[in-house]
Amino acid sequence: MRITQGAFSFLPDLTDEQIAAQIEYALAHGWAVSLEFTDDPHPRHTYWDMWGIPMFDLKDAAGVMGELKACRAAHPDSYIRLSAFDSTRGWETVRLAFMVHRPKEEVAYRLQRTEGPGRVQHYSVVRA
Amino acid sequence: MTSVTSLAPPATGNAPAGAAPQGAITDAKKRYAAGVLKYAQMGYWDGDYEPKETDLLAVFRITPQEGVDPVEAAAAVAGESSTATWTVVWTDRLTACDSYRGKAYKVEPVPGQPGQYFVYIAYDLILFEEGSIANLTASIIGNVFSFKPLKAARLEDMRLPVAYVKTFKGPPTGIVVERERLNSFGRPLLGATIKPKLGLSGKNYGRVVYEALRGGLDFTKDDENINSQPFMHWRDRFLYCMEGVNQAMARTGEVKGHYLNITAGTMEEMYRRAAFAKELGSVIVMVDLIIGWTAIQSISEWARANDMILHMHRAGHGTYTRQKSHGISFRVIAKWLRLAGVDHLHAGTAVGKLEGDPMTVQGYYNVCRERHNAVDLPRGLFFEQDWADIRRVMPVASGGIHAGQMHQLLNLFGDDVVLQFGGGTIGHPMGIEAGAIANRVALEAMVLARNEGRDILSEGPEILQAAAKWCKPLEAALHTWGSVTFDYTSTDTSDFVPTASVA
Repeated sequence: MRITQGAFSFLPDLTDEQIAAQIEYALAHGWAVSLEFTDDPHPRHTYWDMWGIPMFDLKDAAGVMGELKACRAAHPDSYIRLSAFDSTRGWETVRLAFMVHRPKEEVAYRLQRTEGPGRVQHYSVVRA
Repeated sequence: MTSVTSLAPPATGNAPAGAAPQGAITDAKKRYAAGVLKYAQMGYWDGDYEPKETDLLAVFRITPQEGVDPVEAAAAVAGESSTATWTVVWTDRLTACDSYRGKAYKVEPVPGQPGQYFVYIAYDLILFEEGSIANLTASIIGNVFSFKPLKAARLEDMRLPVAYVKTFKGPPTGIVVERERLNSFGRPLLGATIKPKLGLSGKNYGRVVYEALRGGLDFTKDDENINSQPFMHWRDRFLYCMEGVNQAMARTGEVKGHYLNITAGTMEEMYRRAAFAKELGSVIVMVDLIIGWTAIQSISEWARANDMILHMHRAGHGTYTRQKSHGISFRVIAKWLRLAGVDHLHAGTAVGKLEGDPMTVQGYYNVCRERHNAVDLPRGLFFEQDWADIRRVMPVASGGIHAGQMHQLLNLFGDDVVLQFGGGTIGHPMGIEAGAIANRVALEAMVLARNEGRDILSEGPEILQAAAKWCKPLEAALHTWGSVTFDYTSTDTSDFVPTASVA
């Protein structure tokens, strides 16, 4: 199954040129770009592994693209997401995030149920 | 003695040209002699008043009856929304009464609307109980809208001082935390209201939820009048909807939600429904505006205590927000709701089926989302407003919108909005899942293009057509709805600019 997290998962996988254009957009807003990777893109999995700290003070996309290349080489079977962080007062959060790499075989999840009282069921999303 | 209905010419200071000078009577003996005085004479007009940082400010649009002077009418509005009664009372002298009087300080003719005036009134902070919209509204709109010397009155905008804003907790979740919980950044969220809104059984209803969320929407939604009718009791609805939500999460790897409408006849029943939604793991619950201010603040407290996003459907607002001459502007309702504490608020689409001039609607969005509103008359914002870091409300655009308008919607509202395509998802010729895919692909293609620096307003249709080449559901959506517009003249537009058309 295709994990559809991020801003552009319903489009064909972005080319490096398209990724670079999005990085330029983020940098133009003064956002710090970072890369994270994981082999478990569970919808509630918040803390993916960081590929270094966010790249503050970058001037152009080339630096990020170099890091992305290195991250892909080190973790070819992981998901990699690119995030752009806005430190403006009142935001102080990610303003854009999208997938920039997927493993050849995507992860699949399924629903696990526990019967509760009445007709209630308690659900967990688990690896298929 | 003066007749209360023949309010004759007045005053000084910020009064319209030609107004005769007349102000408060300062001689206490004359001021408090039994009988009837003009409101301006009683001290409710002060054309030289400089509002304090801590004052609440209001601007009303009034239409005085024939022969009623606008300044005296303004003083009357100030009086009737604060301490005045129709006659002099000596018991005023037991109080520091000047503090308690609302003060009309400026009257301006409305541009291009003969007989209408904008009236500015300042209220001292002491008039208001902390953290109570019920108290605020009972004061500001309690009596004055029925006042006989006015043909009509409309509360256009308010400035809420920081000192007052800080007495409210505001949105329990807010845009930032909602996005962090959903793990979705950099694009509008997508939703759909389940249709038909009445008559589906719980099982059939949950099917629509599942298909739409699986197809790519973030949220589905109960409509305003889905409560617990004979065809679908609320517990059935909650159980089947959560089955659909969880199944869609497992199939997509994304956090999903369905706004479970917990609106009910009593607060006790609303809490019961809210508790069941929580037990089932829902991330969001919903109430309708018609439950009233106290109920809204109570359920907001509950949402805050239970980590729940609170969706507000503005059911009923059109009865008092739509006509320009009388009622309350929605921008004021939006300000009150941000204080009262909702996370989502239906704030208009501009391009859809429901009332809303584009710039006026953008004004509502700014009220919901900004940390600080500057004066912006073309968007209907009369006052500067500092929100004192209270959380941001996520506006919701819902009602008669479709994928073919994606460039207009993104251009008007930016990223922090929930775009809700109900008919535009469920009515798709290839099915509900296809309808959701069409909307999500159209959205992502448009965001990508905008970020690449393309001019989406002019190139939007091409961008959609290009995506439709590889996405059959989008092609079908554009074929079905591409030419649908709701291009009617708005009733509620700014008085300060020519009205823009959306076509």
